[in-house]
Amino acid sequence: MAIRQQHIEQATTRPVGKPKLGKLARREEREFYLFISLWIIGFIAFDAGPILASFVIGFTNWSMMTPPSWTGLQNYQRLISDPLFYTAMWNSLYFGVGSVGLGLIVSFLLALLLNQKVLGISVFRTIFYLPSVVSGIAVAILWIMILHQDFGLINSVLSWFGIQGPGWLVQPQWAKPALILMSLWGAGGSMVIYLAGLQSVPQHLYEAASIDGAGPWMKFWNVTVPMMSPVIFYNLIVGFIASLQGFVLVLIMTNGGPANATLMFGLYIYRVAFQFFQMGYASALAWVLLLVIMIITALQFLGAKYWVFYEGETAR
Amino acid sequence: MSANLQQQTMAASQAQRHSRFGMRNQRLLQRMIVYVLLVGLSIIFILPFMWMVSTSLKNSEDVFTYPPSFFPTTFLWQNYPRGWTILPFNTFLVNSLVVTFANVIGNLISCSLVAFGFARLRARGRNILFLALLATLMIPREVTIVPRFLLFSQMGLVNTLWPLILPAWFGYAFFIFLLRQFFMTIPTELDDAARIDGASSLRIFFEIILPLSKPALATVAIFAFIGNWSNLLDPLIYIRSQDLYTLALGLNLFRGQNFTQFNLLMAVSIITLIPVLTVFFLSQRLFVQGVTLTGMGGR
Repeated sequence: MAIRQQHIEQATTRPVGKPKLGKLARREEREFYLFISLWIIGFIAFDAGPILASFVIGFTNWSMMTPPSWTGLQNYQRLISDPLFYTAMWNSLYFGVGSVGLGLIVSFLLALLLNQKVLGISVFRTIFYLPSVVSGIAVAILWIMILHQDFGLINSVLSWFGIQGPGWLVQPQWAKPALILMSLWGAGGSMVIYLAGLQSVPQHLYEAASIDGAGPWMKFWNVTVPMMSPVIFYNLIVGFIASLQGFVLVLIMTNGGPANATLMFGLYIYRVAFQFFQMGYASALAWVLLLVIMIITALQFLGAKYWVFYEGETAR
Repeated sequence: MSANLQQQTMAASQAQRHSRFGMRNQRLLQRMIVYVLLVGLSIIFILPFMWMVSTSLKNSEDVFTYPPSFFPTTFLWQNYPRGWTILPFNTFLVNSLVVTFANVIGNLISCSLVAFGFARLRARGRNILFLALLATLMIPREVTIVPRFLLFSQMGLVNTLWPLILPAWFGYAFFIFLLRQFFMTIPTELDDAARIDGASSLRIFFEIILPLSKPALATVAIFAFIGNWSNLLDPLIYIRSQDLYTLALGLNLFRGQNFTQFNLLMAVSIITLIPVLTVFFLSQRLFVQGVTLTGMGGR
């Protein structure tokens, strides 16, 4: 913060009118663009360009074998009457809400536990954090095994208590809960963020609350939660966007099945593009996903007014 | 009057002693509950790893006994070499190493240059460009997946390792953000002093900023390593011939061919996880630092 202030001071106290310094400033500007030039190229080639391109491709019919033909809004009309579009959207939202919501609770509770001053914290932190670091296909294979109806870990633990577990990945009603359960194993990633946040809550706030006679529960709701709300908010947004996108694990574990119960939106786009080679329709789907993400993020920001607390606001 | 007061203070101190004793008991109980929860949860979190190792050592019959036993009756260490040699995993390993290190180096170079620009050089349009940079973190990959593929196929680079490597050399928003945050914590007085001595921006970058940023650079290197090591989506889209397969892609092929041989699958999976686990245990501190610096997880 102090550094940024210094920057502003330097910027404003610099006499702009004098030609010599103006030349220096211009040189600095040139240097800035030279330093970031790699990213600018990447931004145009890999981000901005593709986004615009996919917007245009969304209005065409294109198999990549033959030249694209302009079809206007046809792809979007098809989308409205495509039952798989709704299935995929529903699946992604179900998974997103479930995994982010439960993930928030689990990772926050883990962080609260670790924030108790107990011995061996770093060992526990490592254990909780580790699963979120390993990812990809090895984890997918591991979870296929864990969720296996007859020979899996979960059902064999359940059988100790006389419960016969379901066919997690083969019964449509259990497939999404199974994926959410699996995602909770990676809750340690956001736990670390919450733990850092908890450790930076000023101690004097708790002391002040104690003097006012607040018990642990009151302190939690009136000090911890408000102070942590920006971090929680940030994690909700990022987590939700990520959960709407991730589909590689699903691709491996269920390939969208059973009965399309795990056909995620990203997986549907991938399938349309790289298995059916309908680049136009895939692009239209992708743009709808972009819009949905933007709308949900905007709604979260609007809702944030009512529960996210920023320290700076009360200082005024 | 004074006796009354004395009585009062005595009663108060007695009450205090009483409540302090209660508090100590309560704290002990609380601590015990915390430990029980921590240990219990740790077991749940670690169990899948144990299961993985135990399955990898079982023989084919043990994998499919019902109810499954947690401990293998055999310790078939040869499952590891056996699984590894069914497919040319050595080739896949080399490809993965090439792609991963090219990504790490590309990210380190491009992201640190760009981050220096954003952290230290003033220019018109800088704030808007920085917002654009952060906005790219929000773009779903699916939106750019098709045009990117078209771009690389126009360049004739499909079925080469280039599509997996090139993007890293043009910066990645998360790493740029991480490094910029770190660079901002380095006092500008150091730059100013060097500038007075006539040092150029490039020299300040190389001789002041980079040497002071080793922890942040290491964090970026680790995140890039782990992110690329397990990347399956891009190889799945771009790679066709088996001699270009990465480990993730090879493991996927292996799974397709031997989906009932869970013991071999687990053994090979464990081998592919070893580099990630090693890096993690060697550099845990840097991980946590990276997370707290940006407030974001590593992926």
